[in-house]
Amino acid sequence: MRRAAATASLAAALFAALPAQAVDRQNFEQVERGRYLATMSDCVACHTAPGGKPFAGGLNIATPFGNLLSPNITPDAATGIGAFSDDEFVNAVQNGIGPQGQRLYPALPYPYYHKMNRADVLAIRAYLNTLDPVSNAVEPNQLPFPFNIRMSLLFWNWLNFDKTPLVDDPSRSPQWNRGRYIVEGPAHCGACHTPKTFLGGDDNSRALKGAVLQGWFAPDITADVRKGVGAWSEDELVAYLKTGVIARTSASGPMAEVVVNSTSKLTDADLRAVAIYLKGQKAGTSGSSRPPVATDPRMIAGKAIYKDSCAACHRENGEGIDNLFPRLKGSSLVQQDDPTTLIRMVLEGSRAAATKARPTGAAMPSFAWRFSDDQVAALLTYVRNGWGNSASSVGADAVKELRGSDRPNLAKTGQQ
Amino acid sequence: MARKLPSRDVVIIGLGWTGAILAEELTDAGLDVVAIERGPWRDTAESFNVGYAPDELRYAVRLDLFLRPAQDTLTFRNNLSQTALPIRQFGSFLPGDGVGGAGVHWNGQNWRYHPTDFRLRSHLTERYGASAIGDLTIQDWGVTYDELEPFFDRFEKIAGISGKAGNLKGAIQQGGNPFEGPRSDEYPLPPMQMTYAPTLFAEAARSVGYHPFPTPSANASAAYTNPLGLTMGPCTYCGFCERFGCANYSKASPQVNVLPVLMRRPNFEARTECEVLKINLDAAGKRATGVTYVDTSGEEWEQPGDLVICCAFSLFNVRMLLLSGIGKPYDPATNEGVVGRNYSYQTNSSVQMFFDDKTFNPFIAAGALGQSADDFNGDNFDHAGLGFVGGAGMNCVPTNGRPIQTRPVPPGTPNWGSAWKKATKESYNSAFSITSQGSSYTMRGNYIDLDPTYKDRFGRPLMRLTFDFPDNDIRMSSFANDKLATIAKAMNPRQIVANKTRSPYTVVPYQSTHNVGGAVMGADPKTSVLNKYLQSWDVPNVFVMGASAYPQNAGYNPTGTVGALAYWAAHAIRTQYLKNPGPLVQA
Repeated sequence: MRRAAATASLAAALFAALPAQAVDRQNFEQVERGRYLATMSDCVACHTAPGGKPFAGGLNIATPFGNLLSPNITPDAATGIGAFSDDEFVNAVQNGIGPQGQRLYPALPYPYYHKMNRADVLAIRAYLNTLDPVSNAVEPNQLPFPFNIRMSLLFWNWLNFDKTPLVDDPSRSPQWNRGRYIVEGPAHCGACHTPKTFLGGDDNSRALKGAVLQGWFAPDITADVRKGVGAWSEDELVAYLKTGVIARTSASGPMAEVVVNSTSKLTDADLRAVAIYLKGQKAGTSGSSRPPVATDPRMIAGKAIYKDSCAACHRENGEGIDNLFPRLKGSSLVQQDDPTTLIRMVLEGSRAAATKARPTGAAMPSFAWRFSDDQVAALLTYVRNGWGNSASSVGADAVKELRGSDRPNLAKTGQQ
Repeated sequence: MARKLPSRDVVIIGLGWTGAILAEELTDAGLDVVAIERGPWRDTAESFNVGYAPDELRYAVRLDLFLRPAQDTLTFRNNLSQTALPIRQFGSFLPGDGVGGAGVHWNGQNWRYHPTDFRLRSHLTERYGASAIGDLTIQDWGVTYDELEPFFDRFEKIAGISGKAGNLKGAIQQGGNPFEGPRSDEYPLPPMQMTYAPTLFAEAARSVGYHPFPTPSANASAAYTNPLGLTMGPCTYCGFCERFGCANYSKASPQVNVLPVLMRRPNFEARTECEVLKINLDAAGKRATGVTYVDTSGEEWEQPGDLVICCAFSLFNVRMLLLSGIGKPYDPATNEGVVGRNYSYQTNSSVQMFFDDKTFNPFIAAGALGQSADDFNGDNFDHAGLGFVGGAGMNCVPTNGRPIQTRPVPPGTPNWGSAWKKATKESYNSAFSITSQGSSYTMRGNYIDLDPTYKDRFGRPLMRLTFDFPDNDIRMSSFANDKLATIAKAMNPRQIVANKTRSPYTVVPYQSTHNVGGAVMGADPKTSVLNKYLQSWDVPNVFVMGASAYPQNAGYNPTGTVGALAYWAAHAIRTQYLKNPGPLVQA
């Protein structure tokens, strides 16, 4: 980290040496590339409030330190980014520094965007300039003291902001390098999938090994065979990102939104590059799990509950139905160290991504009304350890904690 | 005063099978479509939660998914001499409600009507002479089986039907129905796995010279992805189909097979819990200008549109036309007019068998899992000298073993108490019924009009249904029931109980929700409401889908033909009407 900080001035010098690239509304290629990169970066996901105009900001982003509201990034001069110079835009996106010199909160994943080419960032600006300006004043900072003091970010950046530029690795294929650029730059996969330090920065020693975020566990996407994507073929990864639904699993939760808004719209070549890069990630050492034995009472109870309530779709052998009901046997999502996502799915239900190629959007209903905390714990302990799966058992207290939240769920509308 | 909304290209009334199909086809053609549905939105996971979808009390007894009589009902009488009274609890038929309509709560038998069914009067006249028809008002449909064949095929592929072809392009296929019309293609899925009772039925039917085959089923025998890219899961044989939504994406329905694609289209909108009061006409009454509907707050809205497509359940299509003044109402006294004319139903009978030495496990079941034989359906047999026309499919489709309502007991058993308990324990696993599903042919006194006395909550007259079984159909059904009994005898049960159709028809015990006719299609505007493309003769920018178009009913479940007609009409709208809006057939 200290080394990273030391290289920051070098990086700044490099950028200063680049010729200023003007944003040009007459330049179709630049605008089109910007639209594609904005899609890859999924800007719209955070910069749109529920029911609001796209890119006009106002979405509440819950962080471990408090709430932030996403700013308006339409070209409105007063409330959006219309008055930003190109350099101010680049400085905000890549360095987390606003036009008045204020430090931006890293909910804007500028440590990722720092890895992007300036030309790509300016292309995004060129695209954003083509949007209708929307007047929507947003005060992003809703944090409590002391996190509302933006100077605290100096310290954060010093610890967490790795300004090392991405340099192509000539020993790797152009596809691998392209994949790394996408994953570590615009697509900012690690923002969800990399565990965080106590200050909310990426713990890069465990890059892409899965993390809890907003009540979901974004799973391990390293090449780990059991928990990551090591057992997936490249074709499967490409199809997953393109369609959201493959034989073995379906994207759901926040990843369903990522697929629908972003990855399903990327080129096959870029998705293949991402797959090659992810498959080339070293599998970390798997967390030590002490799987329960088959005679554990939780396994016996869980198996009975599974047969009664789950087997109709996921089948008794855990193999599911291709492209409709995800396989549980051998599922990496099922075997994550952290069962947050599984508990949440059982309590609230979940809907798969619906895309042009896979429009069904199959959904699992909520079972919160049917199972006690102990029953959910037993069921998931069985699912995580049935059919050759292996993962830690699930405790009733973890279920109780997640049940307390009053998020809208699929059950409330159906259960009268 | 209704508030006026921006005009749409197409206004669809009702979002069941036909509404979803027409909306999918016409949004695909680039039109801006709004569907207005009086019931609630329904979605598999939200509305048919696998944890409580098989709740027999809620859905089968208390009829949770169906239309409530307080919302809308009809009055009924057997004949013109009686005074009709409102049906205050639905019984012999159960109209659906909500998105998906009857496509949610059906069992899933998916048939093609026989080629001779579509030109019934011509065919029977050619074979037996006009006198064989007597005073029945049966008629030709104006469309032929050959014209509909590609659209039967389309619907079967959309709905993922399981079955075995018996006639591929004229070549009879082993294991299928040898009496069916020629098919251009196999079913998209193989037949379901047979349970014991239908297997026994098929053996017995063959032993007496009949030709059994697997009943064509909309319960998917395997996982399936349809031409729209929508995926069905394999049926789990849980036996909760009719009256229930399917929690497993296994029973074909608008929710599983059409709507997810439709709802993605920016040129489609569904407005639920909005009830259309009437179709509005211009001053001359020759053109529909849109519809007026009321939302749950009692607000009235006018939705203008260039094309209005009636896609409600058949009975309610007829009423919508009567309330809107589209087409001349039928008057049985003068035998003039068309709207409400030629209502028909289904003429069913059954034979129940009790065995000593067999175990059927009736809880392993599906709504359309079984065996059928068409040897005595339609005109598949010589009617000379029999004294009736028409026929019945013979079906062994044990749909369920649900604990509240499936309690077969021999006649003479008390209705309660220890003797009843003993009998249900003895018979639950060792009894089953086979049925004849018979044609229902039309006659002058069976019709639908507006009730002179009773009104709905909006002050509109209720629809009045006047119906009794024609003598022809009673004779047909008795004949078919005797044939069923010969199959039953071949199975050698301890006891056989025949239940024949009897007049008068009553609206109390459940019989069938195959209410058809009243807005029939045909070649002659004097005897039909719609031309062969389901287009109103009188108001050419109104089309009316559904079984209300059937001039009479055949011995089959109507949905397969409803689906084919919907695709047929959609094709005509896309390829002919949109290029030149106006009558597609000159009256």
